[in-house]
Amino acid sequence: MTEQKRVFPTPIADPDTEQFWSAAKDNKLMIGSCNSCGEKHYYPRGMCPHCGSSDVELVQSLGKGVIYSWSVLRRAEPPFAIAYVTLDEGPTMMTNIIDCDLDNLKIGQKVELKFSPTEEENGAPVPTFKPV
Amino acid sequence: MQLSEYGFSKHYPRLVIVPRGVVAYKKKKGVVKSMSINGKAYIAGVYEHPTRKAVDKSLAQLHAESALGALADAGLTKDDVDGYFCAGDAPGLGPLSLVDYMGLNLKHMDATETGGSSYVLHVGHAAEAIAMGKCSVALITLAGRPRAEGMATGTAPRNYGSSAPDVAFEFPFGPTVVNMYAMCAQRHMYEYGTTSEQLAWIKVAASHHAQYNEHAMLRNVVTVDEVVNSPMISDPLHRLDCCVISDGGGAIIVTSPEVAKSLKRPLVKVLGAGEAPKHQMGGKIDLTYSGARWSGPLAFEEARVKPSDMKYASIYDSFTITVLMQLEDLGFCEKGEGGKFVSDGNLISGTGKLPFNTDGGGLCNNHPANRGGLTKVIEAVRQLRGEAHPKVQVPNCDLALAHGTGGSLGTRHGSATVIMERE
Ligand SMILES: [Zn+2]
Repeated sequence: MTEQKRVFPTPIADPDTEQFWSAAKDNKLMIGSCNSCGEKHYYPRGMCPHCGSSDVELVQSLGKGVIYSWSVLRRAEPPFAIAYVTLDEGPTMMTNIIDCDLDNLKIGQKVELKFSPTEEENGAPVPTFKPV
Repeated sequence: MQLSEYGFSKHYPRLVIVPRGVVAYKKKKGVVKSMSINGKAYIAGVYEHPTRKAVDKSLAQLHAESALGALADAGLTKDDVDGYFCAGDAPGLGPLSLVDYMGLNLKHMDATETGGSSYVLHVGHAAEAIAMGKCSVALITLAGRPRAEGMATGTAPRNYGSSAPDVAFEFPFGPTVVNMYAMCAQRHMYEYGTTSEQLAWIKVAASHHAQYNEHAMLRNVVTVDEVVNSPMISDPLHRLDCCVISDGGGAIIVTSPEVAKSLKRPLVKVLGAGEAPKHQMGGKIDLTYSGARWSGPLAFEEARVKPSDMKYASIYDSFTITVLMQLEDLGFCEKGEGGKFVSDGNLISGTGKLPFNTDGGGLCNNHPANRGGLTKVIEAVRQLRGEAHPKVQVPNCDLALAHGTGGSLGTRHGSATVIMERE
């Protein structure tokens, strides 16, 4: 079954995540990076969930990764593939797999970033992934 | 204090565990004494509302009817209640609207919300409050009417409020209850070779029990073939891997030993309780285990018993995979061995080594308000009292466990474990 385009709700930015969503409008996927412990995290936030430092910044992900897990919600209209993708930089993030054969997804499969537009005009796009 | 004194650090080497509710202090002569809830509270009353579709009743009414049912079961009245516990299903401001509706006069209130596990956690919190002398008769209620309200429980994304920090990063991708648990199942299959047939055995066992429960929504005994051939909802979970959607409710009365011993009901003592959240760990996501990995050892340690001592277990069963992961995490089998453990009827009362959810559980009987924790405690109490259906009653059932998961195994959830003993 070929994946059909979903209508993605537009994410609501808050002061914590405004920078992330404005970078998304430039097709850049940002992840959290801690200057104190050096660990990356996702979703990005105002403190490091690993060490508790507030010395955190956004860094750009190259947008390459592998499927950690996936499921096709067959009851949805249209059916779609939700997934967790583990980025090459380390963190695992929730996303959708698009431009794919819904019957041929695999854990460990290589995927790459492709932003998907969202329903509101001028709304930020969301980071989705497609098979390499 | 060395963690190894608690005996579980070597089994859970990646974890740092501070036993909840345990204050250890050195006395003279170097004797370490602990404060715990072990033996400090009893479950004196339980009630499961018989409705499964409540078009003609309000939410507050379902809470109140459940409360009155549990009080009658205990042999108490509402004026005996001095502590009240509820969660996010309660209408109004925290506990206040229902306290008002029921006309309760209280010394203690707690509205801790961890989804479907809340009520298992409340038993532990009630025992703590009773042990500290803050109250002596604690009432816990749950109710909901998702069927009457036509809620798409499993397949519509739930939004817990746009100010939740995770919402913008998750909601657009359509996380629902079923596809998040499905991703756990998918990963568990990948890492441990778990199969759909093994998961199906969990539903089969629940259906064997539900046939004897006149209130159960699904009373037909099903086979492994029927489960794996039921329609795929979200890979790899089929329709029959999912729990029922039901209206209803229930209540639990937890009391001090003095109150319990003044009543005419069999004595069910709280031996231990554990609770723990699990989350995404900043992106170090691991979907193959649940917070039961932490809440279980805390409860077993406090109860001074081990998984193999349990004669019966009520295990949260929103989906078949929920049961399998929690059984592993609670220590009933090794991690990754859950598929083998549940196979061939091992969870069926009278046949298997670990009778589970003998009321039919959420998979077949009842999942009121989409929250299955409270009914888990109720069936464990029935077993300990010898009041389960004769066809599923475990002989000489003197030790039982109830475990709940609330929220989502796929994102963030609260786990709660309670261990009880018939005195
Ligand atoms: Zn850090």
